[in-house]
Amino acid sequence: MKFIYKTWWKVLAVVLVFYTLISGMLFQVPRLDILHETIRNLYFHVPMWMAMLTALVTSVFFSVLYLRTGKEEHDLAAVECVNTGMIFYGLGLITGMLWAKYTWGEFWSGDPKQNSAAIAFLLYCAYLVLRNSIDEEQTRAKISAIYNIFAFPIMIVLLFVLPRMTDSLHPGGAGGNPGFNKYDLDSHMRLVLYPAFIGWSLLSLWIATIRYRIRLIEHKKNAIN
Amino acid sequence: MKLAGQTIELLKKEIILEWRSKYAFNGILLYIVSTVFVCYISFNLNPGFKQSAGYPIVWNILFWIIMLFASVNAVAKSFLQENKARLLYYYTIAHPQAIILSKTIYNTLLMSLLSVLALVVYLLFFPNKVDDLLYYFIVVLLGSVSFSTVFTMISAIASKAGNNGTLMAILSFPVVIPVILILVKVSKAAMDGIDRSLSLNNIGTLLAINVIVIASSLILFPFLWRD
Repeated sequence: MKFIYKTWWKVLAVVLVFYTLISGMLFQVPRLDILHETIRNLYFHVPMWMAMLTALVTSVFFSVLYLRTGKEEHDLAAVECVNTGMIFYGLGLITGMLWAKYTWGEFWSGDPKQNSAAIAFLLYCAYLVLRNSIDEEQTRAKISAIYNIFAFPIMIVLLFVLPRMTDSLHPGGAGGNPGFNKYDLDSHMRLVLYPAFIGWSLLSLWIATIRYRIRLIEHKKNAIN
Repeated sequence: MKLAGQTIELLKKEIILEWRSKYAFNGILLYIVSTVFVCYISFNLNPGFKQSAGYPIVWNILFWIIMLFASVNAVAKSFLQENKARLLYYYTIAHPQAIILSKTIYNTLLMSLLSVLALVVYLLFFPNKVDDLLYYFIVVLLGSVSFSTVFTMISAIASKAGNNGTLMAILSFPVVIPVILILVKVSKAAMDGIDRSLSLNNIGTLLAINVIVIASSLILFPFLWRD
């Protein structure tokens, strides 16, 4: 856990996010029908999901660690990672909905991926409700860790497998997207997109660590000596 | 092999217990019949519904929703009805994986039987032309298997967290929605008599979800039962 107190990766996160903000607005992008300049939203919409995924994977990691060791800090880390993941979940949905308004015409177009995202959101809301329903701390930590691990593969199926099997407006689907597909992603865009993935993922981890450290202080304050 | 032996013994015990009381079976069967009857009466208040264009779609979706609620109720019992002392006794004599496996298999058998009966009752009250009846039948069986695997694990979690029905619904519905989506799609294809090979892809996903759920229940249950 020494890693979370280091500074270098936080600096890297800030640098990368600023880089994507600036270069995302200024760099050349391919001109495509329907999308036009909104294609720049790719640099902001997709990294949100990447950041969410990073936070949730970390959360599953800590849940597994909790089940193996039974240390309470691991449970706190897991829940704060889920909380952070939910923030990026919301941001991913909002950026996606704004983009959808300008390209597909509706904020909510009933696209399979949108619907799946909404269901997966419910999945993690259920996790948070489950936590609140149990009073005893160790039981709560154990059961929510189990549900977290159980929910994760379902979330992956929902977000990354099912939408690809039907006609989706999102790229990668069976029907294909009239606007663009993954082959349109030229090397210029990759130059911004991949750093954005790393930058936002690190940022989400940073937020999670800060929340975790606050939680840890509260936890220590509430402890009975 | 010890695991298999224990699983079979526990499964036998579940079946014998059910055979003696027939509570779960009769209860859920009555639940299904009354739900179907309520739907029948309510829909019959609107004359011309059976001739309307949307009838086949409503028919298919209504069936799956009835099955969803019936299986939540049927499977939720599997851990809720066990009292604490008896569970403790199982844990001293059997492997935890044998317990969850036997429960899952038992629920699968129960739900398969119930869903077939439900389909018969449903067809009686809501006649409909199903082009590929055999395939629809297979999809119904697959659906009941998927419901049982998901709900068994969730009911184990919910029973540890205060045993309330709300929690069971909240926890299980997001998990079961992908299953329902695929089932509705495949069963509609079977109803319309679309070539079976076209929905093999979806069946594959359904089986994959089942494998994931069973594997994670087997891994996670040993952590869950320890108090």
